Amino acid sequence: MIHVIAFYLFAVMTIASGAITILSRNPVHSVLWLILAFFNAAGLMILVGAEFIAMLLVIVYVGAVAVLFLFVVMMLDIDFAELRAGFVKNFPLGMLVAIVLLAEMVLGIGAYKAGALQLGTPDGTAAQPAGTTNIEAIGALLYSRYLFLFEAAGVILLVAMIGAIVLTHRQRGDTRGQKISKQIARRPDEATVNVKPEVGKGVQL
Amino acid sequence: MIGIEHYVVVSSILFVLGVLGIFLNRKNVIVILMAIELILLAVNINLVAFSAFLHDLTGQIFAMFVLTVAAGEAAVGLAILVIYFRGRGTIAVDDVNRMKG
Repeated sequence: MIHVIAFYLFAVMTIASGAITILSRNPVHSVLWLILAFFNAAGLMILVGAEFIAMLLVIVYVGAVAVLFLFVVMMLDIDFAELRAGFVKNFPLGMLVAIVLLAEMVLGIGAYKAGALQLGTPDGTAAQPAGTTNIEAIGALLYSRYLFLFEAAGVILLVAMIGAIVLTHRQRGDTRGQKISKQIARRPDEATVNVKPEVGKGVQL
Repeated sequence: MIGIEHYVVVSSILFVLGVLGIFLNRKNVIVILMAIELILLAVNINLVAFSAFLHDLTGQIFAMFVLTVAAGEAAVGLAILVIYFRGRGTIAVDDVNRMKG
């Protein structure tokens, strides 16, 4: 019973906050509602026992992606009222596409429920072994069968990081940056002088 | 009892909301990126639900890769947005086609 109540709570909250995300006037509010949608989706995933993905969702989406969005929305000085100009004009077309898409998906789900679709059945090699936790089982699978895919994911993240840095980095003329080659080329004998000053007479530098 | 079709319905509604968001906020790139995140979230819910109900962890592993791609896409997309704003002073995507050439 509690399971059903929790499912409907999380599902309704996810959909409602997703709707407010796209309809909200203020993008800052959109980001905050997006965070709520992510939290509730994580709740939905916990209900089916996918703890690792749920925690990953909270850490990656809420901790990194949503904060990045919030940062960009607040950093850029944008006139959001002007950007909303086409909202009413685009509404009928958007609703049409959405309704058609939803109808297609309802058809697909109906076909799946009626048993008309022959989906492949898992062969059981990737099933969670009895007595292991979700995270243990995912780790065992990730570092054996999907090792190369996992490393490819790391490469994707590295490329995304380098890309973001290269795109946003700019050389500004008015700053005095570090000249690394000049620093490295310095030798102790040309940089420091050993003096033995006499008592009471200063040092001429 | 909650079955797989409940999860599929939730994720398809979320997916359609994401597509609708792209159509409604055609000028505002930030909200378009958020709508894409919603779409990817719907895909993740679908993958995790099928993985849990069919007792096969592969779906959850693929949900992790979708998450990776979503994070990379958000980072690069927002970086492009920042340089676009720097050069133009607005983020309206109607006149992006002026960029060609």
